[in-house]
Amino acid sequence: MAVSLDDVRHIAGLARLGLTDERAHALVAELNTILGHMDALSRVDTSQAASAEAGAGMPLREDVGPADPLDRAPEKFAPSVRDGFFLVPRLATHETGEEA
Amino acid sequence: MSASTFAAFAERYEMVVGLEVHVQLKTATKAFCACSSAFGAPPNTNVCPVCLALPGALPVLNARAVELAVRAALAIDCTVHGVSVFARKNYFYPDLPKGYQISQFDQPLATGGALATGHRSVGITRVHMEEDAGKSIHDRFSGATAIDLNRAGVPLIEIVSEPDMRSAADAGAYLRALKQVLEYVDVSDVSMEEGSLRVDANISVRPHGDAALGTKTEVKNMNSFSGVERALDAEFVRQCALIDAGGRVEQQTMLWDGAAAEVRPARSKEGSHDYRYFPEPDLPPLVLAGDFVARIRRDLPELPAARRARYVADYALGEYDVEVLTASPRVADYFEATVRAHGDAKASANWVMGEVLGALKASGEDIADFRVQPAALSALLGLVRDGVVSHTAAKQIFGIMVASGGAPAEIAAREGLVKVSDDDALGTWLDEVIAAMPAEAERFRQGEKKLQGVLIGAVMKKSKGSADPKRLAQLLAARLGS
Amino acid sequence: MSAAAREAVAAAARRADEVNAGRDGLNIFAWRDDAAAFTDADTSPDGPLAGFPVAVKDNIATRTLPTTCGSRILRGFVSPYEATVVRRLRAAGAVVFGKTNMDEFAMGSSTEHSAYGPTRNPVAPDRVPGGSSGGSAAAVAAGVVRIALGSETGGSVRQPAALCGVVGVKPTYGRVSRYGLVAFASSLDQVGVFGAGVDDAALALGVVAGRDPYDATSVDRPVPDYRAAAHASLRGLVVGKPREYFPADLEPRVRAHCERALDLLRAAGAEIRDVSLPHTALAIPVYYIVAPAEASSNLARFDGVRYGLRLDGDGLRGMYEATRSQGFGAEVTRRIMLGTYVLSAGYYDAYYRKAQQVRQLITDDFTRVFASGVHLLFTPTTPTPAFPIGATTDPYEMYLNDIFTATANLAGVPAMSQPIGRVDGLPVGGQFIAPLFDEARMFSAAFALERALGEEAHR
Repeated sequence: MAVSLDDVRHIAGLARLGLTDERAHALVAELNTILGHMDALSRVDTSQAASAEAGAGMPLREDVGPADPLDRAPEKFAPSVRDGFFLVPRLATHETGEEA
Repeated sequence: MSASTFAAFAERYEMVVGLEVHVQLKTATKAFCACSSAFGAPPNTNVCPVCLALPGALPVLNARAVELAVRAALAIDCTVHGVSVFARKNYFYPDLPKGYQISQFDQPLATGGALATGHRSVGITRVHMEEDAGKSIHDRFSGATAIDLNRAGVPLIEIVSEPDMRSAADAGAYLRALKQVLEYVDVSDVSMEEGSLRVDANISVRPHGDAALGTKTEVKNMNSFSGVERALDAEFVRQCALIDAGGRVEQQTMLWDGAAAEVRPARSKEGSHDYRYFPEPDLPPLVLAGDFVARIRRDLPELPAARRARYVADYALGEYDVEVLTASPRVADYFEATVRAHGDAKASANWVMGEVLGALKASGEDIADFRVQPAALSALLGLVRDGVVSHTAAKQIFGIMVASGGAPAEIAAREGLVKVSDDDALGTWLDEVIAAMPAEAERFRQGEKKLQGVLIGAVMKKSKGSADPKRLAQLLAARLGS
Repeated sequence: MSAAAREAVAAAARRADEVNAGRDGLNIFAWRDDAAAFTDADTSPDGPLAGFPVAVKDNIATRTLPTTCGSRILRGFVSPYEATVVRRLRAAGAVVFGKTNMDEFAMGSSTEHSAYGPTRNPVAPDRVPGGSSGGSAAAVAAGVVRIALGSETGGSVRQPAALCGVVGVKPTYGRVSRYGLVAFASSLDQVGVFGAGVDDAALALGVVAGRDPYDATSVDRPVPDYRAAAHASLRGLVVGKPREYFPADLEPRVRAHCERALDLLRAAGAEIRDVSLPHTALAIPVYYIVAPAEASSNLARFDGVRYGLRLDGDGLRGMYEATRSQGFGAEVTRRIMLGTYVLSAGYYDAYYRKAQQVRQLITDDFTRVFASGVHLLFTPTTPTPAFPIGATTDPYEMYLNDIFTATANLAGVPAMSQPIGRVDGLPVGGQFIAPLFDEARMFSAAFALERALGEEAHR
């Protein structure tokens, strides 16, 4: 499967990576080379793979605190805090989540 | 949008609605960490490495969240799966600290239920567990959005219905029934106002008789059940108008603007989102022992439908009374406790529906906090039944009990509200009223029997409600009757 | 105990300064705070690691010392909580001596991809120490510390251990807590230990292993005394020699050292048996789909909002993009791109889902071999010894360094590397692979081999 420059830009957008044109072009070649090596997988017959047993499953925890404490409050390590809130540039579209 | 526009479209098009309801579970701590999930703390104080998504932090699931989720799923008749899998839903937003939400995708906790709502049963596609995001506040600081992660990680269940609803009223009925069931099984505060219940609607339209589904849009940002209903009607009209004009409905997210009473598209750069779901590697599958689910099913409290049926059978109450009394499980509990103490279901029902709910509505408080508890109400009702106080006086006594508590018998004695049936006392008051209202008295004597209420009412007032109205009527008839 | 602990810290500091000096300075440590280390030495409790300065890889959360994962995006970040493994080290009396350099976010096999410069191999400073835990391997190899913590995702402890001539252990997945280990690929990551000798590694693993309620993937199984295996007899032990790890083009002297090691095991009473793990060659393609996919998700939290680097851009999205494009290096960017792609709509089934299914085949290979009467496997750790710094520029060629190690990560089985000789003065590592949770048996063979080799291990 060939990755195009449009694909690279789209993927970089999903990952919020902000690529320069130069880097984007370079990545087209790099990704295609790497993915080329992966093609071997498509020819593998996986029908005989043992199914993973769920076993006992995940351990749960009791509904009690306290949580693992922080040794300093967020304002001591966050880039931008005011009145206890983390600040980010105001969202252009803010009516729903997932719009940034 | 005018009613006639809507009606005109409704003649030709059918609305198809499914609802996705997010419900906050009332656990003490968050879904994946032991931070308090309580509301109202100063910003970013109920946080820890896990819900702040610090490097190296890991999720560990809250057992009580699982229990409440299973309870909710069973209450709406779902099949709870012994094995379910958590998945990451990946997207960037500042109140989603990990850059993904831990949710469930293709192996959810429960599937295949149903909820009876009025005349229709709505299918439930699935119930799955997930975590809440934090809060983004856009208008506190100019030019910036403020993020509070206290809510990030609070456990939610998402209840997805089948697209079985055919009108806004259906949707409203479903939501009210769902809220009631969830209140009954005590898994959430289910308050849209407080944000513990949130609704997203999926709506499409099709010509009547068509089997194929139209393209659906997602409608968000409704703050109340009536808002949901109005938003659905607005979007219905928009889609119908679009189709009538030869256009095609695009799959998109619409936002309800309650103030303007309209839906408009959410501005979004990307079309549909690519969440890149994959199984959450930090959490092995959730495996529920068979007897875990069985125990929760066995311990389910009585559900609304069963309670309603029982009230009809055991208390011989009418459908309307039963609906009102069972609307809230706590009110129903209160009512039953009163009946147990007092014995007369009808009297108890009248007083709970009338005076108690009336007082609660006026004060805005919850029946759990109400000053007059069933034992005290029962004592008051006993006084009425035994003829110690009149109905009118009882209402006064009730008012005093609501305001400042106290035992009804003591209040009756103290306030002089014990029913007076002594003919001398009654006669004196009656004569005073007749003297003060000669015109009404004369008209009554002339035959206007309906003035009896006015005259007796005046005596009741004079006696502060303690006069026995039945005896008064007899005395009045004796003095002025024919 | 505190005087001895102080002296140990002082010795570590002297040696660290020594090997860092000059043009050929090894650049082992990304962060050091000797004053804090002395304070910790004064207050450290008595315990199995009392008096031991331990170097900790820069992707494991420590209080006071930064945790930057070899990246600009976390420059200066001091974690407000500490990893479980570090808490356990301290409780055992150890002193955290420095955070070691690493490939950025553990993505690499050479420690050349750090924002804080490459680390040099103490045995040959013009060569790489391996990666991604190159700094920790070098700290032990250079004699700064006897014990160091690293992390494994595809071989990042064993491979540098082999290249630097020290012992490196990857425990069974779930044996050691990951709480506080900055996640790269969650279904593969494990904290690993380096030791100057097998006993050091056994001691360290015993301290950090065990269930942690903060890690839902950590397993509730008792932790044996791994040092007790020191004099176990190998009589009756069946050691498998998987043919796929001894390809025809294997460097002949690496092969010779492995054969010598197998001879010694045989002489100590073990039976050597030829076996096959037929899906071995698929490990690299599987690993390079699964690991980047999980990484692309794990690294989404580095967004400039709550900690770490923040750069301004056009609005919120601009902030995300500026922060991440400037904060992440080229290899990390490449893997995030790869990972995002293989999870994206339309490609998930063909890539990620398929890779996980093939992963099961790799796991099944081990299950089958271990169920056939074979107790352990022995293989070369890496196909070749340390390569020169800057020699490998092709990403996929670099990935092939993991060819003998990534299988164990994919299957979750424990594995360890120990020095078994030198080629042109460069260390060569031999690897044991054991069934799930059978580290004790693995150590027993490693102890015996170490004893039998003696000084030959470094020749």
